[in-house]
Amino acid sequence: MRSVSDPSRRDFLSLTATAGGGLILALTLPGLTGRSGLAAAAAARSPGPRYPDVQLNAWLKIAPDNSITVIVDRSEMGQGVYTALPTLLAEELRVDLEAIHIAAAPVGDAYVSPGNGGQVTGTSNSVQESWEKLRMAGATARTLLISAAAQRWKVDPKQCRAENGKVINAQGKALTYGELADSAAKLPLPKDVQLRPKHDFQIIGKPRTRIDTPGKIDGSAEFGLDVKLPRMLYAALAQSPVLGGKVQALDSGAAEKMAGVRKVLITSSGVVVVADHFWQALKARRALNITWDPGTNITLDNAAIHALLKKTAAADAGMPARADGDVEAALKSAKHRLSAAYYLPLLAHATMEPMNCTADVKVDGCDLYVGTQVQQVSQTTAATAAGLAPNQVRVHTTLIGGGFGRRLDVDFIPAAVEASRALGVPVKVIWTREDDMTHDTYRPPAFEEVSAGLDASGKLTAWKLHITGPSITARMFPPVKGVDDSVIEAAVNNLYDVPNLAVSYSRQEIGIDVGYMRSVSHAPNCFVIESFMDELAATAGKNPYDFRLQQLAAKPRQKRVLELAAARAGWGNAPPGRYHGIALMEGYTTHLAQVAEISIVGGELKVHKIVCAVDCGQMVNPRIVESQIAGGIVFGLSAALWGEVTISGGRVQQTNFNNYRVLRGNEMPELDVHLVDSNEAPGGIGEAAVPLVAPALCNAIFTASGKRLRTLPIAGQLLHKT
Amino acid sequence: MTTIIVNNQTFNVDAEPDTPLLWVLRDHLAMTGTKYGCGMALCGACTVHVDGAATRSCVLPLSAVAGKSITTIEGLSSDRSHAVQRAWLEIDVPQCGYCQSGQIMSAAALLKNNPRPNDADIDAAMSGNICRCGTYPRIRKAIHRAAELLEPDVAT
Repeated sequence: MRSVSDPSRRDFLSLTATAGGGLILALTLPGLTGRSGLAAAAAARSPGPRYPDVQLNAWLKIAPDNSITVIVDRSEMGQGVYTALPTLLAEELRVDLEAIHIAAAPVGDAYVSPGNGGQVTGTSNSVQESWEKLRMAGATARTLLISAAAQRWKVDPKQCRAENGKVINAQGKALTYGELADSAAKLPLPKDVQLRPKHDFQIIGKPRTRIDTPGKIDGSAEFGLDVKLPRMLYAALAQSPVLGGKVQALDSGAAEKMAGVRKVLITSSGVVVVADHFWQALKARRALNITWDPGTNITLDNAAIHALLKKTAAADAGMPARADGDVEAALKSAKHRLSAAYYLPLLAHATMEPMNCTADVKVDGCDLYVGTQVQQVSQTTAATAAGLAPNQVRVHTTLIGGGFGRRLDVDFIPAAVEASRALGVPVKVIWTREDDMTHDTYRPPAFEEVSAGLDASGKLTAWKLHITGPSITARMFPPVKGVDDSVIEAAVNNLYDVPNLAVSYSRQEIGIDVGYMRSVSHAPNCFVIESFMDELAATAGKNPYDFRLQQLAAKPRQKRVLELAAARAGWGNAPPGRYHGIALMEGYTTHLAQVAEISIVGGELKVHKIVCAVDCGQMVNPRIVESQIAGGIVFGLSAALWGEVTISGGRVQQTNFNNYRVLRGNEMPELDVHLVDSNEAPGGIGEAAVPLVAPALCNAIFTASGKRLRTLPIAGQLLHKT
Repeated sequence: MTTIIVNNQTFNVDAEPDTPLLWVLRDHLAMTGTKYGCGMALCGACTVHVDGAATRSCVLPLSAVAGKSITTIEGLSSDRSHAVQRAWLEIDVPQCGYCQSGQIMSAAALLKNNPRPNDADIDAAMSGNICRCGTYPRIRKAIHRAAELLEPDVAT
């Protein structure tokens, strides 16, 4: 057993008895007390139906009826946090997962992610940041419950143990947590608590069924789209077809006469049609006569964006993001030198659940029901739209029907709030698929120029990468000091041994909003790095696998996953007519390697198999890890094969799944995901598998055809050497 | 008023006849398990059974289902006991879960017509249901498992 008695950590926790008897364990992070008073006032108000009142900053609530509620501070969007985070707490509390209820955290300082600098579900850090914290919370509660039982029995706490929601003494007598909660809440917080070592884990590391699965197989799981409130009206939103345009004139006469229509109003997001039912709002939207001021994007198209990034790249050396050694000198003296330029297109998130938001604005406050990855930003955005103070907005986070970073943006919130404010009733704004596809905050394009040098033995001596593109963070979380991390993640984290390394960034905005998308810059960076590694291997006359191994002398974890993926794929022994491509990455402190197995027949690519070896450190639930890796590969396949948003006259040309193609079940290659048992600290798993797919595929295409693809998607490119 | 039968219950719906069944179910009958994904029968999130056949409810006007018998995810079973639901739980298929009602309804219709589908049968029946989370391998596995569960001698 490991004793944790660090007072700075202990002080985070506080204890409250509930009004009806019971225990609430809250936790506050030091140095983040600025808004807690305001937020507490907001949380004290009664929330809407079916959204349980959660005491501010609480992590755990044990009620006299034995119900145990774990408050989860991260949004559940499929990545499994509603299971993984409670698992950590349950392990130490000695309760089974089935015994736990989940409540989404309100806005609160305790829920701020230190790594993300806000209450944010992103950067795949939920388990990483909860690993110690939630086990501590569980262990603290357990220690208190044991103490309460020991006092009642007048015995030494050491003679009592906690098991399956009860405290049991040496005589076999038992008291349930519910029976003990009230007295436990009146005890002082324990000075030190014991955490289970790995070899004693009962539920951590075991392949358990997700807590949220039952509701997702009977239709009862409530997503943002499913929120229903008394007197609620439905709304459709008309946004400028040219991105960034504004309403110039509106004739809503015909629409207002249509069945069920309650109001047509101009909001900061566009024209909102509010009706009794969504279909009525949608039909009336078609009857609107809107004159749009298209703004400055009217001439924007893909060629202009590409040309702009290229021009800036040529004119600007960029801000240094990393500089080791003397890369220019090393390039000059290298035995082999190679340069190439890569280009990555805009992408749409295309979550299955289109953007939506339900707002209920009252005189003294606003309830916001929204699938969001950013509770605080949602709160302040709604407050501005409602003309209220942030602490008057209660954010109720629903289940999310696909996040992928899209719901780090809040552009779907103001229209609902403004409409609810105008009508005095709850309003749900639903974006159609077309609205969603044509008004995404797109994965930014990137122009990446890379040069490298090799010595006579084929060892890397120099690596220079210059990235040009827009900055997401500068728009969403300004100001950015230095280089925006969201552009250079995998580039600065270069995992190969190279003494002279330079990464630089030239910021060039393109006139439209770009956003974070699953794996963010890891995807473009990894595509460039891993494709170029194969180009270098060819230059050195080496096998791409051997060439990588040669540059990994000091990187055992990276080497291990590379060897594993190669072994499982049968690297060097592809079946007749099939070809392998390999890629390696470290991201989110997870190490992965993938091997793609493909064939090209008559110019047509077929992906037969993807092998992925993953070392993500200690796993909380390998079944969820496997699903996230598989899902990440599917996401990467869609992007690599077909993903491209094109713009013409400032309008996005893709509108629905017929012209923005994503992978379907019948197009699935065989997947072989191999998870490495590891004692290292947990790494992120939601995003890590995405970036390797495109380079692994393109490297296989090169092996098959001699054709090097330096842009994506693969569709539409000739797959033979010209 | 249009009369429809949903999950063995008769409803008189006061909605315009061109209202897609999807929005009738969701907005008028408060059955929100059936999801909106594309509005063009491209993604399958809105799949329900109409007289037993898997049907995309987002493009099916109310007028076309008058008097017909509709089954939604809420009516597949009252207790998640349908073989497809049991298999889905056992294999732990869903991630975000948004598309899963549609996936389950498509799978249930497939198994009704073809109790022992092979991979090609599954491809053909399920290609209209998109999952952005990429649960496809587990969906395939769960359909095979549901087929086993449906065999009378391997009932549990």
